[in-house]
Amino acid sequence: MPIDPICGMEVTAGEAVGRSTFRGEDYFFCSASCKEKFDRNHEDYVTPRGHVVAESTAEPTSQVVGKKSQRIDLPISGMSFASCALTIQRGIGSLEGVQKVSVNFASSQATVHYDPGHVSNLDMIKKVKEVGYGVGAAKARFKIGDMHCASCVHKIEKALKGLPGVLKAGVNLAAEEAQVEYFPSQVTLADMKRAVQSTGYTFREIEGAAEEDIEKQQRGREYLLLKRKLIAAFILAVLIFIGSMGHWVPGLKEIPRSWTHIILFLLTTPVLFWCGGQFLRGAWASFRHRSADMNTLIAVGTSSAYLYSGVVTFLPGVVAGAGQSPAVYFDTTAFIIALILLGRTLESRAKGRTSDAIRKLMGLRAKTARVIRNGQEMDIPVEEVLVDEVVVVRPGEKIPVDGVVTDGRSTVDESMVTGESLPAEKHPGDGVIGATINKTGSFKFRATKVGKDTLLAQIVRLVREAQGSKAPIQRLADVISGYFVPVVMAIAIATFMIWFDLGPQPAFTRALINFVAVLIIACPCALGLATPTAIMVGTGRGAENGILIKGGESLETAHKLTTIVFDKTGTLTKGEPEVTDVLPLNGFSGDELLKFAASAESASEHPLGEALVRRAREKGIELLEPKDFQALAGHGIEATLNGRKILVGNARLLRGNGVDIKDLEGYFATLSSQGKTPMFLAVDGVSAGVLAVADTLKPGSKGVVEQLHRMGLEVLMISGDNRRTAEAIGKQIGIGLVLAEVLPEDKASEVSKLQGEGKVVAMVGDGINDAPALAQADVGVAIGTGTDVAMEASDITLIKGDLRGVVTAIQLSKRTMQIIRQNLFWAFAYNTAGIPIAAGILYPFFSILLSPVIASAAMAASSVSVVTNSLRLRRFKPL
Amino acid sequence: MNLMQVLVTLGGVLTIGWVIWFFLLAKGESARAQADTSGIQEVRVSVKGGYSPDILVVQRGKPVRIHFYRDETAECSERVIFSDFGINQFLPAYQTTMVDFTPDRQGEFDFHCGMNMLRGKLIVE
Repeated sequence: MPIDPICGMEVTAGEAVGRSTFRGEDYFFCSASCKEKFDRNHEDYVTPRGHVVAESTAEPTSQVVGKKSQRIDLPISGMSFASCALTIQRGIGSLEGVQKVSVNFASSQATVHYDPGHVSNLDMIKKVKEVGYGVGAAKARFKIGDMHCASCVHKIEKALKGLPGVLKAGVNLAAEEAQVEYFPSQVTLADMKRAVQSTGYTFREIEGAAEEDIEKQQRGREYLLLKRKLIAAFILAVLIFIGSMGHWVPGLKEIPRSWTHIILFLLTTPVLFWCGGQFLRGAWASFRHRSADMNTLIAVGTSSAYLYSGVVTFLPGVVAGAGQSPAVYFDTTAFIIALILLGRTLESRAKGRTSDAIRKLMGLRAKTARVIRNGQEMDIPVEEVLVDEVVVVRPGEKIPVDGVVTDGRSTVDESMVTGESLPAEKHPGDGVIGATINKTGSFKFRATKVGKDTLLAQIVRLVREAQGSKAPIQRLADVISGYFVPVVMAIAIATFMIWFDLGPQPAFTRALINFVAVLIIACPCALGLATPTAIMVGTGRGAENGILIKGGESLETAHKLTTIVFDKTGTLTKGEPEVTDVLPLNGFSGDELLKFAASAESASEHPLGEALVRRAREKGIELLEPKDFQALAGHGIEATLNGRKILVGNARLLRGNGVDIKDLEGYFATLSSQGKTPMFLAVDGVSAGVLAVADTLKPGSKGVVEQLHRMGLEVLMISGDNRRTAEAIGKQIGIGLVLAEVLPEDKASEVSKLQGEGKVVAMVGDGINDAPALAQADVGVAIGTGTDVAMEASDITLIKGDLRGVVTAIQLSKRTMQIIRQNLFWAFAYNTAGIPIAAGILYPFFSILLSPVIASAAMAASSVSVVTNSLRLRRFKPL
Repeated sequence: MNLMQVLVTLGGVLTIGWVIWFFLLAKGESARAQADTSGIQEVRVSVKGGYSPDILVVQRGKPVRIHFYRDETAECSERVIFSDFGINQFLPAYQTTMVDFTPDRQGEFDFHCGMNMLRGKLIVE
């Protein structure tokens, strides 16, 4: 069957609207405009090799056609017209070494015969990309075991590249990982597995290997080890404590002191070197980098107590000679380690929960998809789904990737991605989101976004980026933590000197104990964890509610907002007109009025007409076929229905046709003043009534404005509409401050004017038309609907189009900032009070000294409390 | 003040001076990322109580891949953060983790562990 070379439609010679002859060949067209296009410029659509034909290219292999000739089928993406096929065909054809190309628009595939000696498949792909299209290749990552050297890398790469359909293969020895780009229609993961195994290495799939999963596993292992060390440390510490109190314990009293010391030494050694080994190793590793961290403080503190006690145990003469009483502090060492391990164990568990939100999001991904390939349904891994492929979804199944419904209908639960609790109805033409769950019916959809382009993947990426970002409030804490440990060490040494020189007897032991206490009580962890943990939990909690916050800075600014500016159309209102009033007259009924108006308008493409037709359909009114339809620009329309002459339009249209509209003018004025667009209707020269159409408010927008007012925020509306319409909407919604008749390009300058008055402004818009204003505002809030979210342009994105998200986002930011402030206050206060107390500043006044054991308990408590406080954000509920 | 006290004071002051010099005035070890055939600038960093090398020099506008090998289980180094580029990467112990990004602006940017104890610098030319 011939194909229209412009649009790619199949047209038979009989049905064709137009026909042209070029170079002795006939071309048929589906419409006059296609023919016109073709006639204007044949060259663009026809090559010397012939026109585009839909040929069947079923067998997807790269088989050898002749000597030095190979064939490859490239899946092409991004073709929307048949003329695209030509562009691609010409592009590939221009490469040296290409013998024959045919591009099939219908199957989105290019079949190329080429000489592999002259041109590689990568050259062809490059060419396709150059002319503006994509090649539907999938990427896979998997682990390879048992690799030892660079030659293994070479061997495996060669094996993978040797597979037909593999474009690129790279093996990383250090990461033990292969990354392959391939055509899933020609080669599968199973083929690659066989290829890797045939070279003698092991293949391990990374199934949904989210880093959060790896993190969780590793944390689990570490947690177990920590717990074991913790239990051992506590048991030994208690024994050591009893032993140290030996002179009060009956039975132990008889053992000579020097023996007890040796036993205590033997019990303490494993506590320090096994249970506390990680602190020593960490400290040594930092030391070699000339840096100091938490581990340095713990290691210096515990080992100085241990070493001194060791000297007392084995060389009591040295200590006695220096005039010191021979006391040991093994129990101090053991208890410090046990308590710090307790803190670490609790902290490790709590910290693991801060990234729960991402883990939850990642866990939503579908694993497999059912696609139609070569006319057959087949289950494939979700990574292999290509753009433009047709995917089948049954009730109860997960939708694997983003797409547009082509066939069937259903309801879909999108709450996991958008936060919207009501299931969404899906009809052909509606977008579906990957990872959401199909509820009732079966449907087919065309994949539009796969892999890292899906909404879920973008959300995960944005949340991860947000979690890695910093809030400005953190700056001071960062500067301090950079100098913290060396400064604490200096303070500890100074403490030792002062106690030794000026303190009461026994000076040395007191100096040592206070030195240890200062090192142990200082906790830079609390300072370092205060902000990041809160931001991680806060942004994660936002994502769970369909609110994406770009980072710490946006979060921090959002709680300082004074003014919220809403764009009107599409943000506060639905953005499409609806019939609001039907006022019949002269014996006509409301339904009749609607029937006439909608039938007459059914031929027009005007949005007002569409609103009438939609309403009539909703009410189940059957429409009539209009005859002699005429659109009169600036006036309205004229049509004949069942022989009756219908006029729909403004006053001028009706007066011009001699219709008396005196009775209607009052209504007209009222409706106009409400911001609506009224239309008169006349039947056979008699006025039949007035219909009004207006853009209506989104449900809930009024409540949102009220709530923002209650929160003490100034609310403005900005609109390109005329003042009357804008103010009418403002009145309905409760916004007194209306900026009307603002051109789209001037919205940004209106925002900056407000900022000039010292206001901190949030702009709420749809993110596409309002991008400059969103960027200008201190916080740009983009309202998305499904997959069309312009997430990059804004600071905060509301995934579902629900305005309540604005309130939730502000509340969440306030709550998060409150938690951060509490954390920072606690961490600063703790360290600034704790360190001097440990140094003994209270001793001259109240004779209070802090034991190092108490110091270690306080230290452990401080970092655990900071993380636990941040975790409270997980319970944040939007009001 | 007896002799012992004089010695301890003197020793203490010297130790404080040494601590400040040793930890705060340390100079880093720098490495320039090497571009491979596909144009990706690659550099390997070992993570053990710090980053070595800890000054990474890369070029603007070209993709960068840093291979972090975390050679310890100490919790301090479990995350590496490049806050200017929105990167907060978990580094599994005894494994190489790759961090990919394309620096879009020139300057000096800090990277550090989750608690800002271990630090390094990324210089974008």
